[in-house]
Amino acid sequence: MLEKIRLNWFSNVRADILAGIVVALALIPEAIAFSIIAGVNPMVGLYASFSIAVIIAFVGGRPGMISAATGAMALLMVPLVKDHGIEYLLAATILTGIIQIIFGVFKVAKVMKFIPRAVMIGFVNALAILIFMAQVPHFLGISTITYVFVGVTLLIVYILPRFLKSIPAPLIAIVALTALALFADIEMRTVGDLGTITQSLPSFFIPNVPFSFETLMIIFPYSIALAIVGLLETLLTATIVDDMTGTESNKNKESRGQGIANFINGFFGGMAGCAMIGQSVINVKSGGRGRLSTLTAGLFLMFLIIVLGELVVQIPMPVLVGIMIMVSIGTFDWSSFTYLKKAPLTDSIVMVTTVLIVVFTHDLSKGVIAGVILSAIFFVAKISQVTVTKTVMNEASHFKVEGQLFFASVESFLEAFDFSVRDEKIIIDFSTTHVWDDSGVGAIDKVVLKYYENKNEVKIVGLNATSQQLVDKLAIYNNDNAKMSAH
Amino acid sequence: MYKKILLAADGSDHSIRATSEVIKIASMNETSIVTVVLVADYSQAKSDVLHSGSSVELDMKRRRKLMPVEELLRAANINYRVEILHGVPGPSIVEFANKQNYELLVIGSRGLNSLQEMVLGSVSHKVVKRAECPVMIVK
Repeated sequence: MLEKIRLNWFSNVRADILAGIVVALALIPEAIAFSIIAGVNPMVGLYASFSIAVIIAFVGGRPGMISAATGAMALLMVPLVKDHGIEYLLAATILTGIIQIIFGVFKVAKVMKFIPRAVMIGFVNALAILIFMAQVPHFLGISTITYVFVGVTLLIVYILPRFLKSIPAPLIAIVALTALALFADIEMRTVGDLGTITQSLPSFFIPNVPFSFETLMIIFPYSIALAIVGLLETLLTATIVDDMTGTESNKNKESRGQGIANFINGFFGGMAGCAMIGQSVINVKSGGRGRLSTLTAGLFLMFLIIVLGELVVQIPMPVLVGIMIMVSIGTFDWSSFTYLKKAPLTDSIVMVTTVLIVVFTHDLSKGVIAGVILSAIFFVAKISQVTVTKTVMNEASHFKVEGQLFFASVESFLEAFDFSVRDEKIIIDFSTTHVWDDSGVGAIDKVVLKYYENKNEVKIVGLNATSQQLVDKLAIYNNDNAKMSAH
Repeated sequence: MYKKILLAADGSDHSIRATSEVIKIASMNETSIVTVVLVADYSQAKSDVLHSGSSVELDMKRRRKLMPVEELLRAANINYRVEILHGVPGPSIVEFANKQNYELLVIGSRGLNSLQEMVLGSVSHKVVKRAECPVMIVK
């Protein structure tokens, strides 16, 4: 136990603290931008990032992963905030936590394995597109200087890291361009125009909503969507961190941890959040491995806001927009284009459908659900195809059956046979098929008995062991009585 | 001759050529052991995970990249083992080579065009600068 605590917390102290600081710096612009997307004060995202990171450091199942306020979650809450306000968002956050804890307890993480990768690829692409779309109103057609600042920010974040690796480029862009805007007195919208920064720690309070069934009905659909999307991104991120670090993690503990973090976070004025792919990759790349890195990220973020809050409101919006464009480019899965060429058509359709539904509904959960249903339909359609090929050899007709024989595929199986023949030798080869259920056996029965009716000789060959067992147990055709009555 | 040889490979044509050179060197000494190392690049981690159904499949995909290299080594009767590292290619290879005290590091010159090389920097160049053992770059 003690050994485990030591390993999780203190086996990598120096690198964890340094990585945590780097992550905190990268988190600030994102937390602010995601608050703006959700339509709430920047403090809601900053408090969320602080609370979630600090809590998940203790209760999460994947050491070294960074969780905070995220774009995926922010995008889901837009209508709730617009129609009902921030208090309902906080209540929804608490309920999201409760749902995620329940998911964690019932080991829903295992179910997530059934989400096809086409849907996951669609998910990240849709997320990237939505983050980008959310930036458009902040730079399109405002002023020339806005375009210039967005452009310069992008140049800095993409070119500078080639030469200077130790300091995160977005931070340099923020500091340099904020200073430039202040000293040259350039007229631009700033973070301060969209909200205020409070230089104090979050405090406990119960969201001011009526405790009624009506409230529950308002927040529940949002909470369930937030819970699903949050866990989806979290588990994807955890798998990525697992791969990067070559270690395993406890996904159910992580699901529960996300729930605990969101539950508490809601009482401290934060919006619902989840694990972040980008930030977690930054953390691991910077050497972060243990729980200490996540804790440091949260604490240092809060420290920076308390100390530098007045400067943070001066950050010009175009700089933030530039950074978020970088985030969206980084989120997009660029190998999707080769994927579209190589993957089976049905997978490509699932991926594109997921993206389109999200882009039109602005709701990631709807896209994921539609994607899962669509791939399930494709799967059943594919698996219910049975092909039967006929060859004539040594005066006998050989039928080779390929595919899965079960209730959904029996029709295509039966259609393949011509029952009008008489006095023939018929061999049906099942060596490349599997019989799954009563319907499958029933179909074999039907074929054999129909052939018997016209005095054909039928031989069944190649059934695998489990199929043979099922046929022996259920089939009528090899029952003598049945044969007699057929003759 | 060299006994502990490290071959950094990614399955590209360059790394196949590097493999043939390794075979020449290693066959001079029956006791020499070649470690083939593949670096799973951090910056590819997200798309690697997204595009594989499970971690087992991902392992297999990475291992498959080295198949042509392994085939050559096996055909030449060279003692070898395979190691998959996670990290940034250049530094990971150097760290691994230095820590395990390899006597020779062989690496293919990278398959990038000149523009990519200018922007990304070549892995082999970084390796030459920091490795503590002799480095052989195969063109």
